Amino acid sequence: MANITDEDIRKPENLVYSRTKVLTENIMSYCPGCGHGTAHRIIAEVIEEMGIQDKTVGIAPVGCSVLAYNFFDLDMQQAPHGRAPAVGTAVKRLLPDHFVFTYQGDGDLAAIGTAETIHACNRGENITMIFINNGIYGMTGGQMAPTTLPGMKSSTSPYGRDVATMGNPLKITELLAQLPGTIYVARHAVHTPAAVRKAKKAVRKAFENQKLNKGTSFVEIVSNCNSGWKMTPNQSNKWMVDHMFPYYPMGEIKDTVGKE
Amino acid sequence: MAKVKGSIVIDIEKCKGCEVCIPACPEEVIAIAQQVNGKGYKYAQPVTDDCTGCTNCAVVCPDGVITVYRMKVTE
Repeated sequence: MANITDEDIRKPENLVYSRTKVLTENIMSYCPGCGHGTAHRIIAEVIEEMGIQDKTVGIAPVGCSVLAYNFFDLDMQQAPHGRAPAVGTAVKRLLPDHFVFTYQGDGDLAAIGTAETIHACNRGENITMIFINNGIYGMTGGQMAPTTLPGMKSSTSPYGRDVATMGNPLKITELLAQLPGTIYVARHAVHTPAAVRKAKKAVRKAFENQKLNKGTSFVEIVSNCNSGWKMTPNQSNKWMVDHMFPYYPMGEIKDTVGKE
Repeated sequence: MAKVKGSIVIDIEKCKGCEVCIPACPEEVIAIAQQVNGKGYKYAQPVTDDCTGCTNCAVVCPDGVITVYRMKVTE
Protein backbone atom coordinates (compact mmCIF):
# COMPACT_ATOMS: atom_id res chain seq x y z
CA MET A 1 0.00 0.00 0.00
CA ALA A 2 2.86 2.32 0.73
CA ASN A 3 4.06 2.24 -2.84
CA ILE A 4 0.95 3.85 -4.33
CA THR A 5 1.98 7.20 -5.76
CA ASP A 6 -0.12 10.21 -6.64
CA GLU A 7 0.31 9.31 -10.30
CA ASP A 8 -1.43 5.98 -9.68
CA ILE A 9 -4.41 7.76 -8.14
CA ARG A 10 -4.61 10.62 -10.65
CA LYS A 11 -6.28 8.66 -13.43
CA PRO A 12 -9.49 9.58 -15.27
CA GLU A 13 -11.39 6.61 -13.80
CA ASN A 14 -10.63 7.85 -10.27
CA LEU A 15 -11.78 11.42 -10.90
CA VAL A 16 -14.39 12.44 -8.33
CA TYR A 17 -14.42 16.23 -8.62
CA SER A 18 -13.27 18.66 -11.26
CA ARG A 19 -14.11 22.21 -12.28
CA THR A 20 -17.41 22.35 -14.16
CA LYS A 21 -17.32 23.06 -17.89
CA VAL A 22 -20.10 25.65 -17.50
CA LEU A 23 -17.50 28.00 -15.99
CA THR A 24 -15.01 29.53 -18.41
CA GLU A 25 -11.27 29.12 -18.00
CA ASN A 26 -10.90 32.78 -16.96
CA ILE A 27 -9.26 33.37 -13.59
CA MET A 28 -11.92 34.68 -11.17
CA SER A 29 -11.29 38.38 -10.67
CA TYR A 30 -13.06 38.46 -7.30
CA CYS A 31 -11.02 39.02 -4.15
CA PRO A 32 -9.41 35.87 -2.68
CA GLY A 33 -11.91 33.98 -0.54
CA CYS A 34 -14.98 35.83 -1.87
CA GLY A 35 -18.22 33.83 -1.76
CA HIS A 36 -19.09 34.97 -5.30
CA GLY A 37 -16.74 32.36 -6.74
CA THR A 38 -18.36 29.54 -4.78
CA ALA A 39 -21.84 30.79 -5.65
CA HIS A 40 -20.88 30.92 -9.33
CA ARG A 41 -19.55 27.40 -9.15
CA ILE A 42 -22.64 25.85 -7.57
CA ILE A 43 -24.92 27.57 -10.11
CA ALA A 44 -22.70 26.33 -12.94
CA GLU A 45 -22.66 22.80 -11.50
CA VAL A 46 -26.46 22.76 -11.22
CA ILE A 47 -26.76 23.91 -14.85
CA GLU A 48 -24.29 21.22 -15.94
CA GLU A 49 -26.11 18.49 -13.99
CA MET A 50 -29.46 19.52 -15.45
CA GLY A 51 -27.97 19.67 -18.95
CA ILE A 52 -29.47 23.09 -19.69
CA GLN A 53 -26.33 25.02 -20.61
CA ASP A 54 -27.58 25.85 -24.12
CA LYS A 55 -30.98 27.10 -22.97
CA THR A 56 -30.10 29.10 -19.87
CA VAL A 57 -29.91 32.89 -19.85
CA GLY A 58 -28.25 34.65 -16.93
CA ILE A 59 -28.96 38.26 -16.02
CA ALA A 60 -26.18 40.11 -14.20
CA PRO A 61 -26.88 43.67 -13.09
CA VAL A 62 -24.45 46.11 -11.45
CA GLY A 63 -22.07 45.47 -8.57
CA CYS A 64 -19.43 42.77 -8.25
CA SER A 65 -22.04 40.48 -9.84
CA VAL A 66 -21.65 42.38 -13.13
CA LEU A 67 -18.46 40.39 -13.72
CA ALA A 68 -20.39 37.12 -13.80
CA TYR A 69 -20.55 37.04 -17.61
CA ASN A 70 -16.77 36.61 -17.69
CA PHE A 71 -17.04 33.34 -15.81
CA PHE A 72 -20.28 31.66 -16.91
CA ASP A 73 -20.09 29.94 -20.28
CA LEU A 74 -23.74 30.87 -20.83
CA ASP A 75 -25.82 33.46 -22.63
CA MET A 76 -25.68 36.45 -20.34
CA GLN A 77 -27.42 39.81 -20.44
CA GLN A 78 -26.40 42.82 -18.41
CA ALA A 79 -29.12 44.90 -16.80
CA PRO A 80 -29.12 48.44 -15.38
CA HIS A 81 -28.56 48.68 -11.63
CA GLY A 82 -31.31 46.78 -9.83
CA ARG A 83 -33.31 46.01 -12.96
CA ALA A 84 -32.32 42.37 -13.42
CA PRO A 85 -35.77 41.01 -12.44
CA ALA A 86 -37.39 43.30 -15.04
CA VAL A 87 -34.97 42.14 -17.76
CA GLY A 88 -35.39 38.56 -16.56
CA THR A 89 -39.17 38.95 -16.89
CA ALA A 90 -38.79 40.05 -20.50
CA VAL A 91 -36.36 37.25 -21.41
CA LYS A 92 -38.53 34.58 -19.80
CA ARG A 93 -41.71 35.84 -21.48
CA LEU A 94 -40.03 35.93 -24.89
CA LEU A 95 -38.22 32.60 -24.44
CA PRO A 96 -40.53 30.59 -22.16
CA ASP A 97 -38.67 27.33 -22.82
CA HIS A 98 -35.42 28.83 -21.53
CA PHE A 99 -34.19 28.85 -17.94
CA VAL A 100 -33.64 32.40 -16.72
CA PHE A 101 -31.78 33.37 -13.59
CA THR A 102 -30.76 36.70 -12.11
CA TYR A 103 -27.61 37.00 -10.04
CA GLN A 104 -27.74 40.05 -7.79
CA GLY A 105 -25.98 41.52 -4.79
CA ASP A 106 -27.64 43.19 -1.82
CA GLY A 107 -26.99 46.76 -2.94
CA ASP A 108 -28.63 45.87 -6.23
CA LEU A 109 -31.53 43.66 -5.23
CA ALA A 110 -32.39 45.18 -1.84
CA ALA A 111 -31.62 48.86 -2.46
CA ILE A 112 -31.92 50.36 -5.93
CA GLY A 113 -33.83 47.39 -7.31
CA THR A 114 -36.28 46.88 -4.43
CA ALA A 115 -39.26 47.87 -6.57
CA GLU A 116 -38.31 45.54 -9.45
CA THR A 117 -37.56 42.72 -7.02
CA ILE A 118 -40.83 43.01 -5.13
CA HIS A 119 -42.98 43.41 -8.22
CA ALA A 120 -41.33 40.58 -10.14
CA CYS A 121 -41.85 38.29 -7.14
CA ASN A 122 -45.39 39.56 -6.63
CA ARG A 123 -46.27 38.92 -10.28
CA GLY A 124 -44.80 35.48 -9.78
CA GLU A 125 -42.50 35.62 -12.78
CA ASN A 126 -41.24 32.13 -13.52
CA ILE A 127 -37.56 32.94 -12.98
CA THR A 128 -34.85 32.01 -10.47
CA MET A 129 -33.33 34.81 -8.45
CA ILE A 130 -29.98 34.32 -6.71
CA PHE A 131 -29.30 36.98 -4.10
CA ILE A 132 -25.79 37.37 -2.68
CA ASN A 133 -26.02 39.17 0.66
CA ASN A 134 -22.74 40.38 2.13
CA GLY A 135 -24.14 43.36 4.00
CA ILE A 136 -22.11 45.93 2.11
CA TYR A 137 -21.54 47.55 -1.29
CA GLY A 138 -18.44 45.55 -2.16
CA MET A 139 -17.45 46.83 -5.59
CA THR A 140 -17.64 50.54 -4.88
CA GLY A 141 -15.56 50.50 -1.70
CA GLY A 142 -17.56 49.06 1.18
CA GLN A 143 -20.36 51.59 1.63
CA MET A 144 -23.34 50.88 3.85
CA ALA A 145 -26.07 48.82 2.21
CA PRO A 146 -29.68 48.25 3.34
CA THR A 147 -28.55 44.88 4.68
CA THR A 148 -25.66 46.26 6.78
CA LEU A 149 -26.09 45.07 10.38
CA PRO A 150 -26.77 47.48 13.30
CA GLY A 151 -23.42 48.73 14.61
CA MET A 152 -21.54 47.35 11.60
CA LYS A 153 -18.81 49.64 10.33
CA SER A 154 -18.63 50.56 6.66
CA SER A 155 -16.97 53.39 4.78
CA THR A 156 -20.17 55.49 4.98
CA SER A 157 -20.99 54.45 8.55
CA PRO A 158 -17.51 54.62 10.14
CA TYR A 159 -18.92 54.61 13.69
CA GLY A 160 -21.19 51.69 12.97
CA ARG A 161 -24.75 51.67 11.59
CA ASP A 162 -26.94 53.73 13.91
CA VAL A 163 -30.47 52.36 13.61
CA ALA A 164 -31.99 55.62 14.90
CA THR A 165 -30.77 57.63 11.92
CA MET A 166 -29.93 54.98 9.30
CA GLY A 167 -32.81 52.58 9.76
CA ASN A 168 -32.97 48.85 10.26
CA PRO A 169 -31.32 46.23 8.08
CA LEU A 170 -33.76 45.03 5.44
CA LYS A 171 -34.74 41.36 5.59
CA ILE A 172 -35.88 41.31 1.99
CA THR A 173 -35.95 37.53 1.83
CA GLU A 174 -38.56 37.22 4.60
CA LEU A 175 -40.46 40.06 2.95
CA LEU A 176 -40.55 38.28 -0.41
CA ALA A 177 -41.63 35.02 1.23
CA GLN A 178 -44.92 36.71 2.17
CA LEU A 179 -45.79 37.47 -1.45
CA PRO A 180 -48.14 35.05 -3.21
CA GLY A 181 -45.98 35.00 -6.35
CA THR A 182 -42.99 33.26 -4.76
CA ILE A 183 -43.04 29.47 -4.59
CA TYR A 184 -39.63 28.82 -3.08
CA VAL A 185 -37.62 31.11 -0.80
CA ALA A 186 -34.50 29.92 1.02
CA ARG A 187 -31.40 31.33 2.66
CA HIS A 188 -28.06 29.57 2.63
CA ALA A 189 -24.32 30.26 2.90
CA VAL A 190 -21.18 29.00 1.18
CA HIS A 191 -18.52 29.19 3.92
CA THR A 192 -18.10 25.46 4.71
CA PRO A 193 -18.34 22.29 2.58
CA ALA A 194 -21.62 21.29 4.30
CA ALA A 195 -23.12 24.75 3.71
CA VAL A 196 -22.07 24.70 0.06
CA ARG A 197 -23.74 21.30 -0.47
CA LYS A 198 -26.98 22.57 1.12
CA ALA A 199 -26.88 25.77 -0.93
CA LYS A 200 -26.36 23.75 -4.10
CA LYS A 201 -29.45 21.65 -3.34
CA ALA A 202 -31.46 24.85 -2.88
CA VAL A 203 -30.17 26.31 -6.16
CA ARG A 204 -31.01 23.02 -7.91
CA LYS A 205 -34.55 23.18 -6.55
CA ALA A 206 -34.89 26.82 -7.59
CA PHE A 207 -33.92 25.90 -11.17
CA GLU A 208 -36.10 22.76 -11.25
CA ASN A 209 -39.07 24.91 -10.19
CA GLN A 210 -38.92 26.77 -13.51
CA LYS A 211 -40.21 23.61 -15.19
CA LEU A 212 -43.42 23.90 -13.12
CA ASN A 213 -44.22 27.43 -14.33
CA LYS A 214 -45.80 28.38 -11.01
CA GLY A 215 -43.87 31.37 -9.72
CA THR A 216 -40.60 32.88 -8.61
CA SER A 217 -37.88 30.90 -6.85
CA PHE A 218 -35.55 32.93 -4.68
CA VAL A 219 -32.31 31.81 -3.01
CA GLU A 220 -30.37 34.16 -0.76
CA ILE A 221 -26.73 33.28 -0.19
CA VAL A 222 -25.24 35.03 2.84
CA SER A 223 -21.67 35.68 1.81
CA ASN A 224 -18.57 37.40 3.04
CA CYS A 225 -16.87 40.52 1.72
CA ASN A 226 -13.44 40.20 3.24
CA SER A 227 -12.08 43.28 1.46
CA GLY A 228 -15.04 45.41 2.49
CA TRP A 229 -15.05 44.06 6.03
CA LYS A 230 -11.24 44.44 6.23
CA MET A 231 -10.58 40.85 7.33
CA THR A 232 -8.87 37.73 6.02
CA PRO A 233 -11.21 35.26 4.26
CA ASN A 234 -11.31 32.82 7.19
CA GLN A 235 -11.79 35.66 9.71
CA SER A 236 -14.63 37.06 7.63
CA ASN A 237 -16.30 33.64 7.42
CA LYS A 238 -16.14 33.40 11.22
CA TRP A 239 -17.46 36.94 11.60
CA MET A 240 -20.28 36.04 9.24
CA VAL A 241 -21.25 33.01 11.37
CA ASP A 242 -21.08 35.05 14.59
CA HIS A 243 -22.83 38.22 13.40
CA MET A 244 -24.70 37.71 10.13
CA PHE A 245 -26.32 34.35 10.89
CA PRO A 246 -28.21 35.48 14.04
CA TYR A 247 -29.85 38.26 12.01
CA TYR A 248 -30.15 36.29 8.76
CA PRO A 249 -30.95 32.72 9.90
CA MET A 250 -30.27 29.87 7.48
CA GLY A 251 -32.91 27.58 6.09
CA GLU A 252 -35.94 27.28 3.86
CA ILE A 253 -38.36 30.11 4.48
CA LYS A 254 -41.07 29.11 2.03
CA ASP A 255 -41.59 26.01 -0.06
CA THR A 256 -45.07 25.69 -1.49
CA VAL A 257 -43.95 23.10 -4.06
CA GLY A 258 -42.74 20.62 -1.44
CA LYS A 259 -46.07 20.72 0.40
CA GLU A 260 -48.24 19.79 -2.55
CA MET B 1 -9.54 -4.29 4.26
CA ALA B 2 -10.37 -1.81 1.61
CA LYS B 3 -9.12 1.67 2.24
CA VAL B 4 -9.69 4.87 0.32
CA LYS B 5 -6.84 6.95 -0.90
CA GLY B 6 -7.19 10.31 -2.52
CA SER B 7 -5.11 12.84 -4.33
CA ILE B 8 -5.74 16.46 -5.19
CA VAL B 9 -4.37 18.57 -8.00
CA ILE B 10 -4.39 22.34 -7.47
CA ASP B 11 -4.20 24.66 -10.47
CA ILE B 12 -1.65 26.96 -8.85
CA GLU B 13 -1.90 29.67 -11.49
CA LYS B 14 -5.62 30.12 -10.71
CA CYS B 15 -5.29 29.73 -6.92
CA LYS B 16 -5.47 33.01 -5.01
CA GLY B 17 -4.27 31.65 -1.68
CA CYS B 18 -7.44 32.54 0.24
CA GLU B 19 -6.85 29.62 2.64
CA VAL B 20 -10.56 28.70 2.82
CA CYS B 21 -9.66 25.10 1.88
CA ILE B 22 -7.30 24.68 4.85
CA PRO B 23 -9.91 24.48 7.68
CA ALA B 24 -12.21 22.52 5.33
CA CYS B 25 -9.73 19.63 5.08
CA PRO B 26 -10.30 17.04 7.84
CA GLU B 27 -6.88 15.47 7.25
CA GLU B 28 -4.90 18.74 7.24
CA VAL B 29 -3.40 17.93 3.87
CA ILE B 30 -3.26 21.47 2.46
CA ALA B 31 -0.87 24.29 3.37
CA ILE B 32 0.09 27.59 1.79
CA ALA B 33 3.32 27.52 -0.21
CA GLN B 34 6.12 29.97 0.38
CA GLN B 35 6.45 30.52 -3.38
CA VAL B 36 4.11 32.78 -5.34
CA ASN B 37 2.30 32.17 -8.62
CA GLY B 38 2.22 34.42 -11.69
CA LYS B 39 -0.29 36.77 -10.05
CA GLY B 40 1.82 37.09 -6.91
CA TYR B 41 -0.39 34.99 -4.63
CA LYS B 42 1.03 32.40 -2.26
CA TYR B 43 -0.87 29.37 -3.52
CA ALA B 44 -2.26 26.33 -1.68
CA GLN B 45 -0.57 22.97 -2.12
CA PRO B 46 -0.96 19.45 -0.72
CA VAL B 47 1.81 18.74 1.79
CA THR B 48 0.98 15.27 3.13
CA ASP B 49 -0.32 12.08 1.51
CA ASP B 50 -3.18 11.58 4.00
CA CYS B 51 -5.80 12.72 1.47
CA THR B 52 -8.96 10.57 1.42
CA GLY B 53 -10.54 12.25 -1.60
CA CYS B 54 -13.49 13.61 0.42
CA THR B 55 -13.78 16.61 -1.98
CA ASN B 56 -14.37 19.08 0.90
CA CYS B 57 -11.58 21.39 -0.29
CA ALA B 58 -12.83 21.39 -3.87
CA VAL B 59 -16.45 22.00 -2.81
CA VAL B 60 -15.52 25.06 -0.75
CA CYS B 61 -12.90 26.52 -3.14
CA PRO B 62 -14.18 29.89 -4.42
CA ASP B 63 -12.04 29.64 -7.53
CA GLY B 64 -12.78 26.02 -8.39
CA VAL B 65 -9.10 25.20 -8.86
CA ILE B 66 -9.01 21.83 -7.07
CA THR B 67 -9.44 18.53 -8.88
CA VAL B 68 -9.95 15.46 -6.69
CA TYR B 69 -9.15 11.81 -7.45
CA ARG B 70 -10.05 8.87 -5.24
CA MET B 71 -9.40 5.14 -5.47
CA LYS B 72 -9.97 2.08 -3.30
CA VAL B 73 -6.81 0.38 -2.08
CA THR B 74 -6.81 -3.20 -0.81
CA GLU B 75 -4.11 -4.08 1.63
